[in-house]
This record gives sequence, C-alpha cells and structure tokens, in this order.
Amino acid sequence: MNELIVIFVSMAFVNNVVFARYLGLCPYFGVSKKTGPALGMGMAVIFVMLIAAAATWLINHYILIPFNVQFMQIVIFILVISSLVQITELFVKRTSATLYNALGIFLALITTNCAVLFVTLWNALHDYTFIESIVSALASGIGFAFALILMSGIRERLEIADCPRSMRGLPIAFIAAMMLSLALIGLGGMI
Amino acid sequence: MGKFRKQFVSGIIAANPVFMLGLGLCPVLAVSVAIDYGIGMSGAVMFVLMASNTVISFIRKFVPSMSRIPIFIVIIATFVTITTLVFEAWIPALHEALGLFLPLIVVNCIILGRAEAFASKNPVASTIADTLGATVGFALALVTICFFRELFGTGSLSLFGVHLFTLPVLGEDPILLFILPPGAFLVIGLLLALLRWRGVAQSE
Repeated sequence: MNELIVIFVSMAFVNNVVFARYLGLCPYFGVSKKTGPALGMGMAVIFVMLIAAAATWLINHYILIPFNVQFMQIVIFILVISSLVQITELFVKRTSATLYNALGIFLALITTNCAVLFVTLWNALHDYTFIESIVSALASGIGFAFALILMSGIRERLEIADCPRSMRGLPIAFIAAMMLSLALIGLGGMI
Repeated sequence: MGKFRKQFVSGIIAANPVFMLGLGLCPVLAVSVAIDYGIGMSGAVMFVLMASNTVISFIRKFVPSMSRIPIFIVIIATFVTITTLVFEAWIPALHEALGLFLPLIVVNCIILGRAEAFASKNPVASTIADTLGATVGFALALVTICFFRELFGTGSLSLFGVHLFTLPVLGEDPILLFILPPGAFLVIGLLLALLRWRGVAQSE
C-alpha cells in the first residue's frame, strides 16, 4: 500500500508530467485558454491513460515478454493507444451524446499527446505490477488535468491583463508555467 | 531549384516549427540542458523525419486516405525504433541522457505534421527540401535554447566534452534555475517575446 501512495504522489505532483517532465506540452498550451475545454481535455486524458496503461500492460506481459520482442514496444504501444482512442471515440459517440459533446473533440487529439505514450513506456521500463501501472497512469492523468486546469484559470486572467504587446499570448503563458513549475519544485524533498 | 530553396528557407524562419508554430515543444524543453544533448536530439529527429517522410512520399499514391494515419505512425515508429537501438549500441551515454525522450519522438507533432501536411501530397524531391528546412529549423531552435540554458545554468560552455570557456562571475556561482525545469519555460518564453518584439514573429 505504501508503495502505491509513493507512486501516486510522485507521478501526480513531485514529478508532474507537465512541470517536471515537460510532457504533453502541445495540448497543454493549445487547450488551456479557457477553463471549460481544459476540464474536458483533462478528463479525456485521465480516461485514455487508464485504459492505455491496462491494455499495454497485458500486451507487454502476455505477448511481448514471452516472445522476447520487447524492442517492438514503441511500435506496438503507439498502435494500441491510437486504436484505443479511436474505439473509445466511437463507443462514446454511440452511447452517450452528452459525454461525446464534452470529450469528443479532445479524444482525437490525445493520440499525439506524448504523456500517454510516456506513461505506458515508463510502466514497462520500471517493471510495475498491474496495480502499480494503473495507479501510475491515474496519477499522471490527474497531474496533467491539475496542471491544465490551473493554467487555464491563470490564462483567463492574463487575457484581460495589460502586458507588453510582444509578451501577449504564448510568451506570457510560458512565464506563468515557469512560476508554477518553480512552486512545484518545493515538493521535491517529499519523496 | 528556386522552388526547393524557398521550401527549405521557409522551414527555418517563417515556418520554424518551434518558435512560429509551437510544435515539438516537449523534446525542446526537456533535453535542452546541454548543447551536446541538443545536437544528439536534433540528429535523431532529423534522421527519423527524413527517412519516414521519404518513404511516405514514395508510397503516397498507394495509401488509402482512410487508413493513412496508422500507416504513417507505423512507418515513423519503425524508424524511431531503429534510432533508439543505434543510440543504445553506439552512443550509450547520450541514450542514457535523453532517456524516454528518444522513443517519444514517435509522437513529436512536427513529424506527423510534416508527413500529413506535406510528404503525403508532394513528390520526393520537394519533400526532401521541405523536410530539411523543418529539421534545420528545429535544430536551430533547440540548440539556441540549449546555449542559453547551459551558459547561465552552469556558467560555462562545452561541446562534445571539450571545454570552451567559463563566464567570469557565473562560473563560480551559476544560476541553477536555468538547468531546472522552470529555466526551460523562462528561456523559451523570453526568446519568443524577443522574436515578436523584433518583428520576426507575429504578435497575438
């Protein structure tokens, strides 16, 4: 149990995917302009990370390792992730219109979110058990959503702030990300 | 020849993937702690982009448009696997330093972006010119950020193990912040603002 808590806190906050590992930055700066879409994207990432971690763990342990073809991990994992995303999109579209309206467009973008591929490769690299993989994926997803929602709140305020013309938009968002990441370094001593 | 040169030059400045389009930010920020890593990463991206785009451009007429994305991803992932194995065998120190960012080249948006927007629609020769431009632009952005982070973060500069010079005051007391994650965000934010201020890039 203790180990699971350590993995959770480490992946969600201390080694936050965005602020400490610089992952998923394209969607991070792309969808963090407003809180609503940021929330949708965060939820979609948590969901996809969870199913991707479960599926790749099973494939890695029951197919790749027994046949000793771990060098195929990159190719197989990215294929699994992109097909899972596609299937999820179809499934959500057919079953729940409200959920599809909330998550739909973000699901398509997730295939190229490097944080998802990172979590699956990280779990394989560290030989996590099934439960540990799930916890690490959940924590990474929560860390990403947390960073995204935090940032969207800041950027909504920045929109009306009076900053120099050349700093508006992306440059000031980077500076804000720097402050957030500076604050999270303070957690570094925890683990 | 003029057309190829235009495609090449546009990738370096006007359509620089990092500064102008905001693509491929993850590796740029993550590996930019030392110039050596920046050059290694640029080399890996250059090889993968060049090889996969050439192949995609060759087979563009046989790929059904419905299933093109998975096909592109498999081609890219194959070349990334080759690169990762080559790095592991011949330059293990660099492989260790770049870590998981080497396999993560698969999901680098520059690569899929160029494959989708250019290589799948254009003949091989102009694809190569366009790819060269995009990769040189990427390398330029990455090495520039590496330069500032290494210079201020360690107070000195070195290239492939050869020590170049040490700054007078910072050499003894470097600004550690630049090596840590916040430094990456700070440097790219300021560089972007500088480019916009000088009118090279468009302000929002």
